[in-house]
Amino acid sequence: MSHWDENPVLSVEHLTMRFGGLVAIDDLSFSVGRGEITALIGPNGAGKTTVFNCITGFYKPTEGRITLHPHVDGGETFLLERMADHEIAREAHVARTFQNIRLFGGMTVLENLMVAQHNELMKASAWTIGGVLGISGFRSAEHEAMDRAKYWLDHIGLLDRADDPAADLPYGAQRRLEIARAMCTEPVLLCLDEPAAGLNPRESNQLNELLRYIRNEHGISILLIEHDMSVVMQISDHVVVLDYGCKISDGTAEEVRNDPSVIAAYLGVEDDEVEDVEAEVEGAAK
Amino acid sequence: MEYFVQQLINGITTGSIYGLIAIGYTMVYGIIGMINFAHGEIFMLSTFIALIVITALGILGMSSVALIIFALLLVLVVAMVLTAVWGWAVERIAYRPLRGSFRLAPLITAIGMSIVLQNFVQITQGARVKPLQPIVSGGYTLMEKDGFQVALSNMQIIIVVLTVGLMTAFSLIIARTPLGRAQRACEQDRRMASLLGINVDRTISLTFVMGAMLAAVAGVMYLLNYGVIDFYIGFVAGVKAFTAAVLGGIGSLPGAMLGGLLIGLIETFWSAYFSVEYKDVAAFSILAIVLIFLPSGLLGKPEVEKV
Repeated sequence: MSHWDENPVLSVEHLTMRFGGLVAIDDLSFSVGRGEITALIGPNGAGKTTVFNCITGFYKPTEGRITLHPHVDGGETFLLERMADHEIAREAHVARTFQNIRLFGGMTVLENLMVAQHNELMKASAWTIGGVLGISGFRSAEHEAMDRAKYWLDHIGLLDRADDPAADLPYGAQRRLEIARAMCTEPVLLCLDEPAAGLNPRESNQLNELLRYIRNEHGISILLIEHDMSVVMQISDHVVVLDYGCKISDGTAEEVRNDPSVIAAYLGVEDDEVEDVEAEVEGAAK
Repeated sequence: MEYFVQQLINGITTGSIYGLIAIGYTMVYGIIGMINFAHGEIFMLSTFIALIVITALGILGMSSVALIIFALLLVLVVAMVLTAVWGWAVERIAYRPLRGSFRLAPLITAIGMSIVLQNFVQITQGARVKPLQPIVSGGYTLMEKDGFQVALSNMQIIIVVLTVGLMTAFSLIIARTPLGRAQRACEQDRRMASLLGINVDRTISLTFVMGAMLAAVAGVMYLLNYGVIDFYIGFVAGVKAFTAAVLGGIGSLPGAMLGGLLIGLIETFWSAYFSVEYKDVAAFSILAIVLIFLPSGLLGKPEVEKV
């Protein structure tokens, strides 16, 4: 039993997702370690995004259980497969980003981060009435939200662009802003769908730094889908490999890198050739 | 000159009322991309609610000015609250169940809802025109020449001041409060807004409530200013306000107000200088011409598709 199974923040058990006759995910089980970066990798069409969609409530899984354990010492848990997507965001505090950027392009950078803190502000503003009147409770809540937004803007290096429309930012900055926005919802688990897609090497390094910072300084658990192996290998504590909806490998980055079935899946060899590949890998290792 | 100034005053008053109704169309279009054809009927309902409350309070028999002002404020508040409930209910019953449906479905229920509300009022209140004696009277004479007086009535002042005040308040709500931010977020990407923990259904409901409240203000002003209402006024007012929203650029709040003013002015000037019969033709012709050259309206943002 590996350490991520001992006190996981998220456990996925026997997850199956069928679309008609197509089995997108087949009896998948894995754990996301608390305060760790877990990468979900696999060739195109392996079912990675489907797993994300099940976790964040876009799809209702055909079978299986997804449990979130927000607290270290037990306490309240959430069965995510039974919750609607906005409940998962609001009550279970799971945040996610998408493969394509989904910022509110017409709103300013700062507003994007303020929207993410909507619920506390809405309460503090006494459902808008107090906000119009400018009651002090609302002002202090607004200040607090603004401070949090500025903290993250500072960290992603966009403080000086706070009042620009989000759509005007360069691509890499938009990616970082999306992560900052997700962090403003104060998540327990951060799910990132290909955060490094389309980034140049420098931006990719900045992203690595940001994700490490979130893990180390805030202790937030991260689950990410990634194709960029340099990102995966550098920052992941734990890697889960999918192929055709099944888990084919699960371990540390180092373990997975040397797993013959992973190599076979990525190179696309036939099942009966896997043994040959294994032999080759072992031969190369010696 | 005097004649012109008088028409300007009248046009701005009519335009303010159109503008207030138009905001309801434009806000709903902005957030869920549908035209709420029942919005004109919401306006009509508010005039009836106001008339009933005025009668119930016995305002016509009051003699003290302070008491009348207080009573009229009460009428305004009651009309806003009750109309907001109607607006909320229409969304809840006719639009929310169809949210995931194809685009035309809520449009059809909107037309259905409009007919239902008209008939409901016709049955319960009767088809006859309901008159109301003027409550707010008096005014000022701004200039006078050759026996022609330019009059500015107190009612016109109230209408314009109230409209400007409400426009400012609502613009601030949209720009500065968490609710306004949530509305703008839902406008751009409802799914993402929901993933950030925003209750999208509630935000949409509140948009209908806000639109209905503004329509109620317009309704109370309409009743006090013109003094005649019937179950059918919502149709014409609704079409005019919708035209105003499109002219100003649908989805844009200042656009709705500008469009309302323009429609009011065009109508008034056309009736004053040409013919009353063709005032609607004039308003709609201008709409058609503007849309040929500016398809997204005067203040609407053109949609640029990124490739």
